[in-house]
Amino acid sequence: MRFERSHTRKAVALTVASSLVLFAAACGSGDDGSGGSGGSSGGALEGRGPIKFATGKDTSGNLKNQVDAWNAQHADEKVEITELPESADQQRNQMISNAQIKSTEFSVLNLDVVWTAEFAANRWITELPEDQFPDLGKLLPSTVETGKYRDKLYAVPVTSDGGLLYYRKDLLDKAGVKAPTTWAEMKDACAKVKALPEAKAASCYAGQFEKYEGLTVNFSEAINGAGGVVVGDDGKPNVDTPEALEGLNFLVDGFKSGEIPKAAITYQEEPGRRAFQEGNLIFHRNWPYVYALANKTDGSSKIAGKFGVAPLPGLKGPGVSTLGGHNYAISAFTPNKATAADFIKFMSSEERQKANVEKTSQAPTWASLYDDPELNKQFPYLAPLKASIGSAKSRPQVVKYGDVTTAIQEAAYGALNGTTPPKDALAGLQTKLSTLITQ
Amino acid sequence: MAGRIDVKAAEAPWYRRWLPLLGVGLIVLYCLLPFYWMIVSALRRPSDQFDNSIVPKVWSVDNFKDVFQAGTGFGRGLLNSLIVAGTVTILTLIVGMVAAYTLARLEFRFKNAVLAIIITTSMFPGISLVIPLKKLFSDIEWINTYQAMIVPSLSFALPLAVWNLTAFFRQMPRELEQAAMVDGCTPAQAFRKVILPLAAPGVFTTAIITFIAAWNEFLIAVSMVNRKDIQTANVVIAAFTGTSGRDQPFGSQMAAGVVVTIPLVIAVLIFQRRIVAGLTAGGVK
Amino acid sequence: MSQSASAVEPPPSKVRRTSFNEGTGRLAALLLSPTLIVLVLVVVYPIISALRESLYTSGGIGDDGFVVEGTQFVGLDNFAAIFSGETGERFWNAFYNTTFFTVTCVVLETLLGVLMALVMHKAFKGRSIVRASILVPWAIPTVVSALLWKWIFQADGVANAVLGTQVLWSTEGWQSVLSVIIADTWKTAPFIGLLVLAGLQTIPDEVYEAAKVDGASPWKTFTRITLPLVKPALLVAVLFRILDTLRIFDLPYVLVGPNKESVETLSILAFLEANQTRYGPAAAYATLLFVYVAVVAYAFVKLLGADVIGEARQTGKKAGRRKKGGA
Repeated sequence: MRFERSHTRKAVALTVASSLVLFAAACGSGDDGSGGSGGSSGGALEGRGPIKFATGKDTSGNLKNQVDAWNAQHADEKVEITELPESADQQRNQMISNAQIKSTEFSVLNLDVVWTAEFAANRWITELPEDQFPDLGKLLPSTVETGKYRDKLYAVPVTSDGGLLYYRKDLLDKAGVKAPTTWAEMKDACAKVKALPEAKAASCYAGQFEKYEGLTVNFSEAINGAGGVVVGDDGKPNVDTPEALEGLNFLVDGFKSGEIPKAAITYQEEPGRRAFQEGNLIFHRNWPYVYALANKTDGSSKIAGKFGVAPLPGLKGPGVSTLGGHNYAISAFTPNKATAADFIKFMSSEERQKANVEKTSQAPTWASLYDDPELNKQFPYLAPLKASIGSAKSRPQVVKYGDVTTAIQEAAYGALNGTTPPKDALAGLQTKLSTLITQ
Repeated sequence: MAGRIDVKAAEAPWYRRWLPLLGVGLIVLYCLLPFYWMIVSALRRPSDQFDNSIVPKVWSVDNFKDVFQAGTGFGRGLLNSLIVAGTVTILTLIVGMVAAYTLARLEFRFKNAVLAIIITTSMFPGISLVIPLKKLFSDIEWINTYQAMIVPSLSFALPLAVWNLTAFFRQMPRELEQAAMVDGCTPAQAFRKVILPLAAPGVFTTAIITFIAAWNEFLIAVSMVNRKDIQTANVVIAAFTGTSGRDQPFGSQMAAGVVVTIPLVIAVLIFQRRIVAGLTAGGVK
Repeated sequence: MSQSASAVEPPPSKVRRTSFNEGTGRLAALLLSPTLIVLVLVVVYPIISALRESLYTSGGIGDDGFVVEGTQFVGLDNFAAIFSGETGERFWNAFYNTTFFTVTCVVLETLLGVLMALVMHKAFKGRSIVRASILVPWAIPTVVSALLWKWIFQADGVANAVLGTQVLWSTEGWQSVLSVIIADTWKTAPFIGLLVLAGLQTIPDEVYEAAKVDGASPWKTFTRITLPLVKPALLVAVLFRILDTLRIFDLPYVLVGPNKESVETLSILAFLEANQTRYGPAAAYATLLFVYVAVVAYAFVKLLGADVIGEARQTGKKAGRRKKGGA
């Protein structure tokens, strides 16, 4: 009995001791190295050697070719691709958790444009001296802006993305209308097209209205397209305005009148594309990727060859797209920053971008590629896309982007499904954003 | 279906014989219908992926080919899943049985406290364990290793294994071991030769549940391992994308799901034979 | 938990302790140590560090535009913040959803699971097919089955095609709750089925034969013999299902989506906070959920099992006696 008790006491002491050690370790790893590896300094990028490139899945298989091209020239600075899960959320989580533990696992990060501010402000990525990236001037200016935080460059845009208006060219031609440039024109065109017997069952328009990032994109486009802003150029939210209300009402009224189908409240990119390909939509806002898929003649699309592409319409003239795309940044914790910088330059070069467009149809950021006659022949949507991206607006470039987009989605979703009057939704959003964005 | 039930109910003499069969039919339908949808979706051509017809218009194994095409690393992923889940199962059974037998048969202080501590560890939301664990594994350089997946899965599986096995061992009459020990068996022998065969259903069930849970584990596997050659099948599936990154390859994801599930079911069927075998063996003794 | 449990312990153990030598405690510690070491390393340590985290805050933005480094101790502020104002409403809504999912899903799963186990246990032709098919839902990886159900419940998915309606399953309201319950019940009823089946299989045939000789009706046999004997296995299965469902995350998150009031659970709240890199509040949510789970588990064990393991001992003895009598 006595033995047993003394043993237990020993065991307790041991457990306590070991958990204290662990505890200390927890505190230690949280606090040490607080200086980081000088991620915020804008000095020279040093260190050469093999690096790892963390990116979402290489969808086309072309990324491997691109990296192989680099590796063939740089035997001592080989790049290895680390593929992250398909979902953007998961990609961001993996990158953040590696940054949290200051892991050197990732060297170059393939960041969604909306993550730049957060990664920069947390010192997870290194500032890039602009003079080391002389080709920046040759990229579309709107895309370069997405790589900046507080006027300093942190990431280089390699692919871009902009919204396009897909329309049923066959039906519009038959009804004798042109592709619309304003919302009112789109409504008229829709009414005329729906008078045709073959288009009776179709709905007018849909974008992405499920409660996710796509809703923020579509909401912003509606607001910007009516001359309003979500966050002004001064960095202050200014969404409770008559213009913004008109923009939001374009969507709210669309749902009310049935021009936008009810099911569109559940649409992400894919369900919307499906509806368009099934012939259930006359107009559809989506990204360039739809073009090739909707033109497939293997039976998956009922409208192959029957649709056209135009820039997004707006209230009084051409609309404003929300800017998508991906930027490459250098992890603050990688020792081989010079190699990483060279790799980014390589990947954003004209030659590599051209090779990438040809293989993947991802929108380039290199401006002159949009005027390349060969590419235009292969991808007829490049001209409207250039217009779309050229005038596109970024989503708010704020550190707490996650909170901001959630607030936007909350307000927009409530207005679209009819639970909040649009005016109240915008007023509420203005209040919310004001507390979230204080810079 | 409701109509059929009425008919059976009306024919009272047949009631006894048919009701269980009907129940069986319903249960099988209930379990398999969604799975059927998964298989059918996998067997459609990628071009009619969104079809809702009950059988594919044109049968195709294109989705399966996509899953196994070079570069996806799916085959390797399956092997890794097998390595991880297999090791976890074996370790869980060994460690868990020792603990459970101790808890079932030895009398010592703090026994209930130990049981309480063990179950308490499966009360914390799993998603909140990832970052501290990643810090820890990073400190001890376990990132990108098998043990970084095996040890967490082991710890997730142990509470259920210990509790479940303890319940089973306790149900075994103590007199059995005493009789065996009278016959000259050591306590360990008594456990192995007498208790284990009798508790076989519980042990095998625990094994199956552990294996499936480890096989399906995703959160830890995706967080602790970046290297493609040791990623598990689940992580590989999560990285599947379509041709553009925005389109979702539902067909190949479902095909991968089928490929991941079928071996499990076959393994379980084999296990179940063993359960029955174990039972009869125990009965004879 | 431990205190009152050990307070209950003495009477029976006193009697038995005589039959064990003094080294028992040491032996027990030795045999239990592998389990405890693994759990301490992988679970207890992260839990402790999360508990610590819940008392800290981080992430303010300095004038230079950078996030202020390091963490500040804020005491219980993170917890207080959870219960105040709008956040409080959100918390209680998530609390309600979590509880509702747990009660509904676990009850349905238990009924279905027991039914499945009884069916599997009955000897008839094609039994192995039934057993295999019951396992299928449980065996499909959650990653895949969440996708499968999402596809089924799309606006143009097969659920609507079969029902001939156009229910928008992923929108706020009863339909999203129902879709989660359907998918969860489908997936995990086999878990209970399996464990109960194992319990059924350890009941000696002699027990049933004895009941038959006594002329007991099937229902009486079920309630008087089967159920009590299978109770330990059933209670363990249900207990672990409760623990799991209280932490439900994947299904509502994938099937319906984040920030949907109707299906937002406590785990989702903890995840969303962590996702915004607010680790302090996230840890506070996780801690509250942890406490809630512990309270529920404790109540379950106390109310239904007295204690699950102790109960097993009693019935085990009874079974042993019966078995001897039958043989």
